[in-house]
Amino acid sequence: MAEIALRINGEEHRLEIDVRTTLLDLLRENLGLTGAKKGCDHGQCGACTVLLDGRRANACLALAVAHDGAEIVTVEGLAAGDDLHPLQAAFVEHDAFQCGYCTPGQLCSAAGMLAEAEAEGVTLDAAEIRERMSGNLCRCGAYPNIVAAIADVAS
Amino acid sequence: MKAFAYERAADAAGAAAAGAHGATYLAGGTNLVDLMKLGVETPDRLVDVAGLPHDAIEELSGGGLRIGAAVSNADLALHPVVRERYPVLSQALLAGASGQLRNLATVGGNLLQRTRCSYFQDVTKPCNKRRPGSGCPAREGEHHNLAILGQSEHCVATHPSDMAVALTALGATVHVHGKGAVPMPGLHRLPGEHPERDTNLAPGDLITAIELPSPDAAAVRSAYRKVRERASYSFAIVSVAAAVSLRDGVIDECRIALGGVAHVPWRATEAEAALKGAAASEQSFTAAAGAELAHAQPLRDNAYKVPLTRNVLVSLLSELCA
Repeated sequence: MAEIALRINGEEHRLEIDVRTTLLDLLRENLGLTGAKKGCDHGQCGACTVLLDGRRANACLALAVAHDGAEIVTVEGLAAGDDLHPLQAAFVEHDAFQCGYCTPGQLCSAAGMLAEAEAEGVTLDAAEIRERMSGNLCRCGAYPNIVAAIADVAS
Repeated sequence: MKAFAYERAADAAGAAAAGAHGATYLAGGTNLVDLMKLGVETPDRLVDVAGLPHDAIEELSGGGLRIGAAVSNADLALHPVVRERYPVLSQALLAGASGQLRNLATVGGNLLQRTRCSYFQDVTKPCNKRRPGSGCPAREGEHHNLAILGQSEHCVATHPSDMAVALTALGATVHVHGKGAVPMPGLHRLPGEHPERDTNLAPGDLITAIELPSPDAAAVRSAYRKVRERASYSFAIVSVAAAVSLRDGVIDECRIALGGVAHVPWRATEAEAALKGAAASEQSFTAAAGAELAHAQPLRDNAYKVPLTRNVLVSLLSELCA
């Protein structure tokens, strides 16, 4: 067991955890934040993507104990109160999902990706968005509308 | 996942001492944590080395670049000096994994990641790399994406890293606490009779940095080409890293490494020897690829990699010399 502190969606948490706990299991099982999804649990699908110290990361491959003191934003923390994050609004506007299971990971990944592209000074066209979002799979195949939603926010 | 003790390394010497006593190093965890979930890796003790002060990229007075082992794949790929003077390295990094994995993964861990051979990752199957002496089902089984060069009867696995292929072409040096400087190629080893050993490192050896030599004209004119089963986010079927410089239409300096074809990032020395001093023409490139691939020993279902490697190499060299 280990005691760690995390700041999650702006709130401080002190937790006593089994050192085997992944960040994803901590969010879902210890804190009831079930927005980040367990898809493959092996870093292959991106459904668990969260922002870890401001950068997108696969929560299923991160041991929570190794990220003591980190700041985490999950899909639950993207909106400002009742105001949707621009990406959330664009996903609704563009019908960028079907079953919705991959959507929290798509949203967090897109938020991280837009920040990366801005820091690099890269202009995002559809091909660039597809490449940079390739770590997030969508079994429903909603990719065209996901790309359109992200492109809308990027422009 | 099996229970383990977790601790943070205070310094490299402390980490190395723990490693020498059987502890496993944890950095980004993107491969290790996955292998622990699969039961392939079952450490009793994890020593977290991600917080060691090996997180800087420094330009050396002699013109080279020293990259700390804990630098993330993402940060290295986007470093302005890497993009400008070692484009093959930036391209290889960006061709690997996904944006979110590159943010977590470190360069030290990237070098030490394990093969993605499906038998290695499945503890219900025999595998000489995972359980020495248990056999290699891949030889007769699913091997369409496995090695064509340098394999042994005991193992036909490939090394999965893209970054290591670029480092091999650039002639990088790996700094190892407890061992000193290890040149690339030279860090990784062919499977031979001991496929359980991926590298020439011993327990307790800790990678602290990677050093790139001063960028010559070839490094500056370098590129990485990767062929996958889908457009992005997949391991290489075949990849080529090449650095070339020309003088009056003749190849002056030339360094080539191949990925996805061997247990190591494969330095194509035969192709290089054939190209040095040759005219930069498709004919020379094809002959050089043929010289290297004359040693290929494809298996039943991966002979397609021989012409594929040749074509990717010829295409990349043509592009670099255009």
